[in-house]
Amino acid sequence: MEKEQIKTQTVATRGRIWRKKTKNPGPKTSDFTIALAGNPNAGKTTLFNALTGLRQKVANYPGVTVERKEGFFLLDDNSTRIIDLPGLYSLDATSLDEQIARDVLTGKVENLQKPDVIIAVVDATNLERNLYLVTQLLEYKIPVVIALTMVDIAEKQSLEIDVIKLSKLLQIPVVSVRAAQGIGIEELEREVLKTAKSKKNIEPKWLINGNFGDSVSIEDIHLSLTDNPAVNKQIFARYNYISEVYQEAVKPIDTLQRGVSEKIDSILTHKFFGLIILIGILLLVFQTIFSWANLPMDLLDAGFGSLSEFVKANMSPGILTDLIADGIIKGVGGVLVFLPQILLLFLFLSILEDTGYMSRAAFLLDRLMRGVGLHGKAFLPLLSSFACAIPGIMATRTIENPKDRLATIMIAPFMSCSARLPVYVLMIGAFFSGQYIFGILSVGAVLILSMYALGIIVAIIVAFILKRTILKSPPPPFVMELPPYRLPNLKTVLLNVFTRAGLFVKRAGTVILAISIILWALAYFPRSAEVPSSEFQVSSQTEVSTDGGQQRADSDQLKNSYAGQLGHLIEPVIEPLGFDWKIGVALIASFAAREVLVSTLSIIYNADADSTEESPSLINAVRDAKKDDGTKAWTPLTALTLMVFFVLAMQCMSTVAVVRRETNSWSWTIFMVGYMTALAYLASLLTYQIGRFLGFG
Amino acid sequence: MQTLKNLPIGARAKVVAVHGNNAITKRLMEMGVVPGVLLRVVKSAPFGDPLEIQVRGYHLAMRCSEADAIEVSGE
Repeated sequence: MEKEQIKTQTVATRGRIWRKKTKNPGPKTSDFTIALAGNPNAGKTTLFNALTGLRQKVANYPGVTVERKEGFFLLDDNSTRIIDLPGLYSLDATSLDEQIARDVLTGKVENLQKPDVIIAVVDATNLERNLYLVTQLLEYKIPVVIALTMVDIAEKQSLEIDVIKLSKLLQIPVVSVRAAQGIGIEELEREVLKTAKSKKNIEPKWLINGNFGDSVSIEDIHLSLTDNPAVNKQIFARYNYISEVYQEAVKPIDTLQRGVSEKIDSILTHKFFGLIILIGILLLVFQTIFSWANLPMDLLDAGFGSLSEFVKANMSPGILTDLIADGIIKGVGGVLVFLPQILLLFLFLSILEDTGYMSRAAFLLDRLMRGVGLHGKAFLPLLSSFACAIPGIMATRTIENPKDRLATIMIAPFMSCSARLPVYVLMIGAFFSGQYIFGILSVGAVLILSMYALGIIVAIIVAFILKRTILKSPPPPFVMELPPYRLPNLKTVLLNVFTRAGLFVKRAGTVILAISIILWALAYFPRSAEVPSSEFQVSSQTEVSTDGGQQRADSDQLKNSYAGQLGHLIEPVIEPLGFDWKIGVALIASFAAREVLVSTLSIIYNADADSTEESPSLINAVRDAKKDDGTKAWTPLTALTLMVFFVLAMQCMSTVAVVRRETNSWSWTIFMVGYMTALAYLASLLTYQIGRFLGFG
Repeated sequence: MQTLKNLPIGARAKVVAVHGNNAITKRLMEMGVVPGVLLRVVKSAPFGDPLEIQVRGYHLAMRCSEADAIEVSGE
């Protein structure tokens, strides 16, 4: 009882020390460092969550965007740091993930000591291939403890594994765990502690020329063998050893029998129905996102509206009130309204990934992707890019060929990400709502689908050109596991959704907040009364004669503000696209992040609205907005042109930063921003001018 | 030489050799496709490519071009 109390106390204290430490990485205070390694889909994440609870943090490895997940727990009063390595099939340095894993195991990562113990997560239903990684781990001369997962599933397949015998043969501890139920975790911790203290290594006797001596590191051996026929012999030798162990520890059954997953696949990856089901699933996902998100979005919108009113009603008028009500609440609120849609999108993507369907989609589409010159594996990053290009671009690290990876990165931002949704929804809400084609198809839905399609088509063309010119390389290999279908783990999916949604909210609270304040200030200063003389003042004075009052004053204020001056500056460039200087202001701002367009328009048109009336919703404001000459600022054609621009332009600072980090090249980054924006301008120009020629707008 | 690519759907075979010496053959072997192992052709994707095989109790997808590097003999 008393001991239990002390333990909890220590946990709390450790937690505090840690949080301090993350901000100021100093010398290590953890008693033990543990690495968690395993094949993809072996149940690593569930075990990591079970070991660490919520005492975990996600960061990046220095210089690369490979996620570095680590957590903390106590091993019998010893503070223990656990590093979750990326999912791996092997440790030879072909992909970035494998290279990172090797760096961790050899203690080459900054502020991270070489692990004392490796916990190898081994999927019992896939023992041989999982043990392959274990043999490689053992070659690093770090003690290994095996956490055997999915034993219950293996038993259902009448696969009987003699755990004790397995442990004896491999000469390392093997603990059977069911992490989701917490079964076996304590025993695993006990074994890890024992192993960490004993520091016992085993000799990798399976290696040809078994002992390489201490002077040569195994890393050097792995690397030197990469392009050497001997490497294949070494792989063969490891598998021979594994087969011997397997035959002794596992009761023989037919491992080539049809399983449940294969029966499901007889429909889901059917030659004909497979593709139809895939398209159906995608349609269903987008349809659901739009219909389910409506109600919470309206509620959020109303909530932010009344919050802004409340602030105006209860604070004394002045700069601060204006800043909070018009700058911060309107700007950040305008973006946060889209949180429900983003939550749903991430929810569906997580479920598709967690069930194992995502790799089936890659399997179905590889032939088509190859026609463009891309890898079937590029499908996953591209699909993730529909949520956000950042995780999408990070996911390209599974593509081994650098040129294929680069081509995928270059086209990922064409996928209509969730930040474009607010723009599409606003434009469609204002100009195309309630319209139907043939009485059933809503124009809005068709337009949104067309925008997604436009992005995809342009991406295909660009990839096609890139892969035949500057990024020419032989067709990439396609060797991919089709993992068994599993019911998604609710905790994993929710954790995933909330982490990503958290990033979105964080962005709204930081980048978008900052841009909102800057924009508000740019539109608020200089005050008209204080700065009477400017070249724009002259032109507006001629108009003032017709009308006076608050509205005119507000309009002059925006026109003469810094934002207005910037907008006027670029007006000649965007006029051929049908945009006036106010849209220009919003356009400039949206190069920081696309959804900023919505918040900027909120701020800009608020300055235009009659402040004595109830603040109209943004959709009405956009509909009613006027150009300086009194004509409507927006027509359906302008709205369409703007949407086309947003499909193609590279308007996202965070993506630019990630591309710079992932490609490690400014030239590629600048190339990407340049060609995408040029394409966007051209396409919008064509849309607007052809539209006008045909008599629209 | 009989290769995995030419096997009919549903056929079982034993791997005789993995030809070539590049990243693809290395990855195939790392995934457990080594000489002596038994495998089964499960299906092919909508356009006849890639192929799905079962090996060591799990399912693996590969393109026909890769399957052509795997020499097999009937079980």
